[in-house]
Amino acid sequence: MYDGSKIIAGLIVFVGLFTFPFLYNMGKASAKPEPKIDTPVIQQLAEKKCVEPKSFMRAEHMKLLNEWRDSAIRKAKRVYVGAEGKEYTISLQNTCMKCHSNKKKFCDECHNYMAVKPYCWDCHLEPKEKKL
Amino acid sequence: MSINRREFLKIAGISLLGFGGASAVKKHLMGDNWVEASEVLRSPDALTAQQWAMVVDVRKITTMNDYKKIVEACHSIHNVPDFRNPKDEIKWIWKDTFEHTFPTSGHPYMEEGIEEKPFLLLCNHCENPPCVRVCPTKATFKSKDGITMVDFHRCIGCRFCMAACPYGARSFNWRDPRPFIKKTNPEFPTRTKGVVEKCNFCAERLAKGLEPACVEASNGAMVFGDLKDPDSEVRRILRTHYTIVRKPELGTRPSVYYVIGG
Ligand code: HEC
Ligand code: HEC
Ligand code: HEC
Repeated sequence: MYDGSKIIAGLIVFVGLFTFPFLYNMGKASAKPEPKIDTPVIQQLAEKKCVEPKSFMRAEHMKLLNEWRDSAIRKAKRVYVGAEGKEYTISLQNTCMKCHSNKKKFCDECHNYMAVKPYCWDCHLEPKEKKL
Repeated sequence: MSINRREFLKIAGISLLGFGGASAVKKHLMGDNWVEASEVLRSPDALTAQQWAMVVDVRKITTMNDYKKIVEACHSIHNVPDFRNPKDEIKWIWKDTFEHTFPTSGHPYMEEGIEEKPFLLLCNHCENPPCVRVCPTKATFKSKDGITMVDFHRCIGCRFCMAACPYGARSFNWRDPRPFIKKTNPEFPTRTKGVVEKCNFCAERLAKGLEPACVEASNGAMVFGDLKDPDSEVRRILRTHYTIVRKPELGTRPSVYYVIGG
């Protein structure tokens, strides 16, 4: 009536299947993202600064990009004056990505970790990079 | 222990103050402080107008090469694909016959050769644009400078605007355009499958103080200016030449004018 070996075999298969995703991903996704800023354009900067302070950029860059988009297209205002008074041309491709030309090691580094996939690159052209 | 009405109101008042204060501090720390400190401007070099307009002098565009140069200038900088297939065609500026351009203006005894002559066509940036009225997401809108703009970020590809436009100025991306762009301009975005596109009067160039690319490539055959400025070159030509617009009977008030003969 009770077929112990079959039950135990079944349990082992079940435990194996159940824990597979966890075991499979072990050690993979946990590497903390470390966006790199060692691009030629940033190297040339006297002060290695973004358009706004780093903490702000880290938390709010998506909102800033929305601002930029609406300002350029809907208000025809294509110059951004940062909080420190410095002026930038409003452009994802020609401003952000000129400094951050290492998209794979910068934007993607965080986005892959967070599993966000901005759809911007369906249209906006990514900087040319060597294959990793 | 119970509290009386007076005590309750005191506590309620104090906690309300607390809430208000906290949100003010929060706003100061992270909310709107960056919007206040930063601002967006027009470049001092930018060309501006109340209603941008164009005059196309068809007498000055004669050879096939003239057309090609103008169309190429536009399509190459805006990453317009070439599918080599009229069904999927994307066009910002193109040519067509007199009959198709001015369908109600012809008659059997017209100037010789005019029926075969190609005319340059582009979005008319109408003063009263039907496409803007039908767009359900306000992706297509009239800019302060009178440009009929498409905000691709809002376009859902419903194609109402294509049905509304009496000039066929809009194209739908049935396929991924990227493999069909001859030489990609890295400064301008492409579009993607599922959005409608058309001429933008070179809004991105005007912002930098440059005239539209077609005008620059036309060798004086196309003139660009403010329709509402009586001293503009466009107005000078309209004053001194007989000009026509496409399908004026529809009341869309096109901003692209044609000098045909004379
Ligand atoms: C002038 C060059 C320059 C431009 C233009 C620029 N950045 Fe940066 N960005 C930097 C530098 C340098 C840093 C590192 C700042 C620091 O360490 O204080 C940085 C940091 C950042 C960070 C934070 C990274 C982290 O490690 O937390 C983000 C996010 C970012 N930038 C996004 C953008 C976006 C989006 C744009 C366009 C709106 C942009 N940047 C435009 C140079 C630039
Ligand atoms: C420090 C890490 C980090 C860096 C560097 C970074 N991002 Fe992000 N980004 C994020 C996170 C986290 C989110 C998701 C936030 C959320 O979902 O609330 C995000 C979201 C976005 C979004 C919105 C996506 C969406 O679907 O709503 C855009 C657009 C974006 N990032 C653009 C960029 C660009 C462009 C760069 C490179 C110039 C960049 N980011 C660099 C962390 C980063
Ligand atoms: C359907 C295509 C498409 C998609 C998807 C798209 N864009 Fe754009 N975007 C454009 C076009 C076209 C322009 C107009 C460029 C111009 O006029 O200079 C533009 C302009 C902009 C601008 C202002 C001007 C410039 O040159 O950068 C910003 C900022 C911008 N987009 C950000 C974004 C961000 C962020 C995303 C993703 C969250 C995104 N876009 C997704 C097509 C697209």
